[in-house]
Amino acid sequence: MLSFGKLDLKEKALAHLVTPEIEHLVASIPKPVGSFGYDPWGYNEERFKVALGAAKWLYDKYFRVTVHGLENIPKSGRVLIIGNHSGQLPMDGVLVGVAAATNPDGPRLARAMIERFFPTVPWLGNYLNALGGVIGDPANCSKMLEMEEAIIVFPEGVRGSGKLYKKRYQLQRFGNGFMHLAMNHKTPIVPVGIVGCEETMPALLNLAPVAKLLGLPYLPLVPSLMPLPARVYLNFGKPMHFSSCANESEAMERVEEVKAELRLLIDQGLQERTSLY
Amino acid sequence: MATPKQSSKKTVLITGAAGSLAKRVIARLQGRYNVIAVDFRRKVETDAGIPSYLVELHKRGFEDIFAEHKIDAVIHIGRMFAHEKDRMQRYNANVLGSKRLLDLARKYKVGQVIIHSTYMVYGASAYNPALLDEEAPLKAGEVTQDLVDSVEVESLANIYLWKHPELNITILRPCNVLGPGVRNTMSILLARPLVPVLVGFSPMMQFLHVEDMAEAMVLAFEKNKPGIYNVAPDDYVPYQQAVTECGCRKLPIPSIPPMLPRTISSALNWNAFFPPYMVSYFKYPVILDGKLFRETFGWKPKRNLNDIFSYYRKQKLVAKAAK
Repeated sequence: MLSFGKLDLKEKALAHLVTPEIEHLVASIPKPVGSFGYDPWGYNEERFKVALGAAKWLYDKYFRVTVHGLENIPKSGRVLIIGNHSGQLPMDGVLVGVAAATNPDGPRLARAMIERFFPTVPWLGNYLNALGGVIGDPANCSKMLEMEEAIIVFPEGVRGSGKLYKKRYQLQRFGNGFMHLAMNHKTPIVPVGIVGCEETMPALLNLAPVAKLLGLPYLPLVPSLMPLPARVYLNFGKPMHFSSCANESEAMERVEEVKAELRLLIDQGLQERTSLY
Repeated sequence: MATPKQSSKKTVLITGAAGSLAKRVIARLQGRYNVIAVDFRRKVETDAGIPSYLVELHKRGFEDIFAEHKIDAVIHIGRMFAHEKDRMQRYNANVLGSKRLLDLARKYKVGQVIIHSTYMVYGASAYNPALLDEEAPLKAGEVTQDLVDSVEVESLANIYLWKHPELNITILRPCNVLGPGVRNTMSILLARPLVPVLVGFSPMMQFLHVEDMAEAMVLAFEKNKPGIYNVAPDDYVPYQQAVTECGCRKLPIPSIPPMLPRTISSALNWNAFFPPYMVSYFKYPVILDGKLFRETFGWKPKRNLNDIFSYYRKQKLVAKAAK
């Protein structure tokens, strides 16, 4: 009987998170799953709904996200969403994911690339997979694009998320992998300029030696371990199409084109921002 | 279907004939082909007209079968499991036995060889992408010494595949095969009431009904399109959910430090159903892309995951009712 009460509480909490609106959104996402509701990478609709419910609250109430250009995300078909990375914790990935999943123009499951050590962490690895996260292996991306999925990529990787506050809104070196994926799989790139995440966790110092000892990519000295409630602005740009190219230097030029577009979108966000928090 | 005349019937030799998969393959070929059954475990009881031999592939008696019958094709299903004999004997039976089989196939001009491999050759690692293609590296040897024989059988078959195209070698790498009578590790495991699971890990898995696998082997034989193929459905389920669906109770095993579950498995002698060398397969996924086989052979499994699991569920209900 005791457990009965507990179950009741759990159900109430779930009903609070998984609103009819969330149910409707997830039901309209064009994402095929197997007979038990899973895809090959472990994505699970039921667990995604709950997480989306919680993340939607953060999106609306905590970070008070302002978004423009959602119509640029195609309603269906393969797409690479490319953003600037910041904020130590991947809150920017979560918020872009919520924006895509709650897009009134056509909700999409946008898959995030996760760090390679996550699958070795009990519970967390499986949990991130259930929400659509996948280790950033090019083989995974190729398969997903061929299956017409939407993928979020931060080509700066830890160089972007781990950078110090004094370098905010300066794009770090981009990997070229995303450009090759876009060219090889004829995939449009939708750039997204993210403003505000830098202020969620401003890092003053990176304790690199300690991070190395712990096997972490970086360990910042931050004013708060909780992300601060900064206002976030997401500006999605027009889809960019690239045909295949002859060599790496041409690929670099194309990456620079994307970076230039991202800088414009970031500036747009910085201009419309009237207060940090 | 028109049955060919007695004289024009092809002769097919099937190894591992005592096993549940081979029995189903034989049942499908019987009548349309002359079937010869071979097993190293015991002399298989067969229907009239099917010669049956008890012989080890790497021992002398095996060649006599080739000398006696004009064999057109070999379906090599027989494999010694890790829990059946020690590592050395297993290596001899599986690797040397397969090499001898391929050499004899050349010597006696066998026109086709089907090799039954396993998804385990890819190895279970945290960094595995999902939907592994046939070109993915075979990393099982890196994970454990106990699977070296599976990887070596494959590389042997691969050498013969390009060096001796006249053998028409087809290598099939199925995912977990389950069903009535199946005695592989996964089937023995899911038939148990209490099943070990690693705390915090529930890798995605693929399962295939043994009838569908038998169908796939027969297709591979009859259509004869040499090459390497994954055989798997496009449906996926986490291990711990499969355990529950099969009516098993979970026995949580601590997963940290990584050596611990392996130590527990060896200390408690869980070789038959949760062997130390397979622990990583209960931790990390090996998900196959079965598209190439499905499209090349026009094959699609007829039984879904629920059909597969319900056999194990019912088995437990029957056992409970009998108590």
